[in-house]
Amino acid sequence: MNIPAIEMKDVYFSYEKTPILENITFALKQGDFLGIIGPNGSGKTTLLKLMLGLIKPDRGMIKILGKPPHHVKHRIGYVPQNTDFNVTFPISVLDVALMGRLSRSRIGKWYSGEDFPSTEDALRKVGMWKHRRVSIGSLSGGQRQRVFIARALATDPDLLFLDEPTASVDLEFGTNLFDLLHQLNETVTIVTITHDVGVISRHVKSVACVNKSLTFHSDKQISAEMIDDAYQCPVDLIAHGLPHRVLPIHEDK
Amino acid sequence: MWDALQFEFMRNALLAGVFVSISCGIIGSLIVVNRIVFISGGIAHSAFGGIGLAIFLGLTPSLGAAVFAVGVAMIMGAVSFKSKHRADTVIGVLWAVGMALGILFIDLTPGYHADLMSYLFGSILTVTKADIWLMAPLDTVILLAVFIFYKEFIAMSYDEEFAYIVGIPVKFLYFLLLGMTALSIVMIIKAVGLILTIALLTIPPYIAERYTRSLAQMMALSSLLGICFTFLGLWLSYKYNFTSGATIILVAGIAFFLFQAVKNIRNSAVIGE
Repeated sequence: MNIPAIEMKDVYFSYEKTPILENITFALKQGDFLGIIGPNGSGKTTLLKLMLGLIKPDRGMIKILGKPPHHVKHRIGYVPQNTDFNVTFPISVLDVALMGRLSRSRIGKWYSGEDFPSTEDALRKVGMWKHRRVSIGSLSGGQRQRVFIARALATDPDLLFLDEPTASVDLEFGTNLFDLLHQLNETVTIVTITHDVGVISRHVKSVACVNKSLTFHSDKQISAEMIDDAYQCPVDLIAHGLPHRVLPIHEDK
Repeated sequence: MWDALQFEFMRNALLAGVFVSISCGIIGSLIVVNRIVFISGGIAHSAFGGIGLAIFLGLTPSLGAAVFAVGVAMIMGAVSFKSKHRADTVIGVLWAVGMALGILFIDLTPGYHADLMSYLFGSILTVTKADIWLMAPLDTVILLAVFIFYKEFIAMSYDEEFAYIVGIPVKFLYFLLLGMTALSIVMIIKAVGLILTIALLTIPPYIAERYTRSLAQMMALSSLLGICFTFLGLWLSYKYNFTSGATIILVAGIAFFLFQAVKNIRNSAVIGE
């Protein structure tokens, strides 16, 4: 348990010479529940994709559970932000969720044994089991997002990444989801990008503020005041649409 | 129409139609859901370079086409893997250069040239027993590969990012798909010619996608539709003495437009309710 869940050191990433992330250094211990906040276009999703190994940093070191990201894929669950792709794809809800059971070692073998009960369990947790035979394209955006959450749960991950999981689901499910994540957090390390201010106050153990650079606030440092400050970010962003600092001052790095 | 069956060339043509439709149904479905229609068009047309080269060197044109098409497919795979949406230009260039090369090689070949039209528009009526003996194993290989990697192909086609994260070798599967596409295309060229290949690869899956709930069903229905189109097209071309390849494609094309019309009427009916 002493190996950090995530470790990043001097990580830089740019897209066609535009710097997106600079000098990212932080470590997240296992069992943590990290909320990533920051204005739109601040590099939150990029940061998540770096951790997942989907993109490679220009320089710097990234370790997930002590290994390079692409070496630990089967222990990682992922819920993408955008679930509106490929809506005409002929695939049922159950088959999407079953994808969570795939891994490199499973190639050539059909689903069996544990796969069905754990997928059923995951679909029940998000309330989509009754829709399992429906094709994914006929669902609403919120329902589809639930299925993607079930798919990540079916992976039975040690580390769960979510990119704005409540962006298109209704408020009630959003609350239920974070209660569920809270339970999961007993055994699973969770990293979520979120605009949901309530989530940050109630469930998250540490907060990372991203705006090209990253400021990490571990659990010990979380104060009521800091959470209040974090609150301002999404609220202000919606109100004014102006770029601003997430937290007023980041002095003691 | 049964009298046509007494001719061996007709029986061969029908058999070839079945084999071609099966590979079109399977590979075409993967092409449609992976949105690599343009790439497969590029492979089909640049395969002509291989045909020209083979004629120039005095080899079997199909062999030349196969080697060339697989080569081009791998290049296109490398170009498009990283950024699927930015590879259009390179694919378009390879498309044109391949065709131009084919023509030049044929120009360079002395003497009377093989019938170019048969490569451009197909000649399913000249398919021989030997050709069919090549199609059958190719279909088997495609069926086997898709059977073994079925779950992984679905994951890659539906959500490549997620497939990569859980550890599926998406790059390998992508190149495997392009390689199988290239080999299928060589087979389809025999039936309907390289210009019409894209229609037979994409029309059946496009229609099937709407009526099916899984990739396997989509592949099966596409194959069936393909068989219907080729049989109907062959029969019409036999009866009215049309060019077979073009007739088959026109049958598929009419089915496509009918399908679109029905879809639009249904959609507007739903909105009207």
